Amino acid sequence: MHRVGNWIGKHLMITLGILVLIYMYIPNFVVALMSFNDSSGSRNLYQFQAFTWDNWLNPCAPNGMCESLKVSVEIALVATIVATILGTLASFALVRHRFEGRSTMNLLIFLPMATPEIVMGSSLLALFVAAGMGGSLGFVTILIAHILFCLSFVVVTVRTRLAGLDSNLEKAAMDLYANEWQTFWRITFPLVFPGILAAALLAFSLSFDDFIITNLNSGTTVTFPMFVWGSAQRGIPMQVNVIGTAMFLISLVIVAAGEIGARRRAKMLANR
Amino acid sequence: MASLQRVFGKNVGYWLIAPAALWLGLFFLVPLLSLFTTSLSDPSGNPIAGYRLTGRFANYVDVIADYWPYFVRSLTYAGIATVLCLILGYILAYAIAFKAGRWKTVMLVLVIAPFFTSFLVRTLSWKLILADNGFVVESLQWLHILGEDGRLLATPFAVIAGLTYNFLPFMILPLYASLEKIDPQLLEASQDLYASPWKGFWSVTWKLSIPGVVGGTLLTFIPASGDYINASLLGNPNTQMVGNKIQALFTTAGDYPHASALSVILMVLILVMVLVYVRRAGTEELL
Repeated sequence: MHRVGNWIGKHLMITLGILVLIYMYIPNFVVALMSFNDSSGSRNLYQFQAFTWDNWLNPCAPNGMCESLKVSVEIALVATIVATILGTLASFALVRHRFEGRSTMNLLIFLPMATPEIVMGSSLLALFVAAGMGGSLGFVTILIAHILFCLSFVVVTVRTRLAGLDSNLEKAAMDLYANEWQTFWRITFPLVFPGILAAALLAFSLSFDDFIITNLNSGTTVTFPMFVWGSAQRGIPMQVNVIGTAMFLISLVIVAAGEIGARRRAKMLANR
Repeated sequence: MASLQRVFGKNVGYWLIAPAALWLGLFFLVPLLSLFTTSLSDPSGNPIAGYRLTGRFANYVDVIADYWPYFVRSLTYAGIATVLCLILGYILAYAIAFKAGRWKTVMLVLVIAPFFTSFLVRTLSWKLILADNGFVVESLQWLHILGEDGRLLATPFAVIAGLTYNFLPFMILPLYASLEKIDPQLLEASQDLYASPWKGFWSVTWKLSIPGVVGGTLLTFIPASGDYINASLLGNPNTQMVGNKIQALFTTAGDYPHASALSVILMVLILVMVLVYVRRAGTEELL
C-alpha cells in the first residue's frame, strides 16, 4: 500500500501536471495552425482549409489591423513607463518608510485588483461623462485607465522583491564608506531591478491585452483587441493569428534571452 | 535615506507615495463615487449632455427586477469555473513545486507564456476547438457522451470552459507561491509519524497552502464574475452574464444610470462575498 502511494506520488502528479500544461497550450497551437490557413473563398473561418504562407508574408493586409497594433503598442509603452515609475516609488515608500496612512494605502492599492474590470471601466466612464468629456473619449482616456490598472500590479511585484532584499548588503556598503547615493545606485537599485523589469513586462502585457476597460473608454480609437473584437462579429482575418503567434514567439525569445543572460552573469561571478 | 531627507524633510515616504496615491484617488475612488451618483440619476439624459442627479433609487429596483437572472448566471458560471481552476491549478502548481526538479523555472515560464498571445485571439480559437463538426464534438458523439446532434459551442459548458481556461494562470501562480514555501521535511516528519500519504497531504500540504488557495480563488472568481467576453464569443443569448448587460447598456443603449446601478450591485455583491470568504478561511492578513 505504501509503495503504491509512493509511486503515485512520484509519477502521477507530474504526468497530470504536464497534461494540464498541454491543455493550456491547445489554443496557442490552434492559433499557430490557423496562421497558415488559406481562408479565401471559404465562409467558415473557424476551420482549416488549405496551407499558405500568404498571411505571414502580408501581415498588414487586413484594413486597419496594423494601425490598431500601432495604437496598442504606443498606449502600452506610455502606460508601462508611467505605471512603473509611480509604482516603484510607491513600493519604496511602503517597504522602506513609516508614515501615517500606510495600511490605508495598502488597501487602496489592493482594491483595483479586487474590482471586476467591468466595474472599473464603467466607473471611469461615468466620471469622464460627468466631467463633460463624454464626447472626447480616446487615446488620453484609455491611457489614464491603463496606467490605473497597471499601477497596482507594479506595486505588488516590486514590493515583493524589495521586501525580500537582504538589508545587510546595504549596511555592508555603508560600512565601506559608500554614501547614501552610491549605496542606492550600486547596491539597492541593481538588486531591485529584476523586480522592476518583471513589473514593466507585466504592465506592458496587461495594457496591450486589455479589452473590457478599453472598450468602454475608447470613443472612436481602435486598439488591437478592439480590432479583433470588431472583426470577430464578421469573421476574423487569418492575419490576427499571425500577430498572436508572432507576439508569443517574440516574448519567448525575450524571456529566454533574459534567463541565459542571468545564468551567464551568475557563472561569471562564481568564476571570479 | 539621509540625503533624500535633506531635500524633502522628514516626510520622504509621503513624497514617494503621493503620485500613486493621487492617481488611485483621482481615477479609482472618485470614479466609484461618480458611478454611484450616476446610478441615482434620471435615465432620461444622454452621455454627451450628462445625467441629472435626482436620487432615483428606483433604478436599483428596475435592474434587480429585470436582470436578476444575469447575476445568478454570472455567479454560478464564475463559481464552477473557479472550482475547476482550483483542481487543475493545484495539480500543476503541486507538480511544479515538488516534482519538476531542475525543470521548475522552465515549467513556470511555460505557465505564463500562453498569456503573450492576445487572450481574445485565444478565446476565439475555442470556437474552432468546440465547433460542431470538430474533433472534440465528434469524439464525444462517437463515445455517446454527447447525443447525435449534441453540441458544445453556444452552451453553458463552452462558456464555463472558456472562463476556466482564461483564468487558470491566475490560480496557478498564487498556489505555486505558497506551495513553494513549504518545507518538504514537514511532510517527511508526518510520514515518520505514520501518517498515510493522503493524510500527510491533507494535514500538512493542503493546510499550509490555504493562503495560496484563497488568493488564487479570489484572483479567478472576481474577474470571471465580471467577464462577458467568454459569454459573448462562446455562448448564446441565454448564457449572457451580468457583464454583457452592463456593457450593452453603456455602449449600445446609452442608458448610463441603469448600467451604473448594475455595476454598483455587482461590486457590492463581490465585496460582501470576498469579506465573508476571507473571514471564514481565516486569512484576513491577505487584504
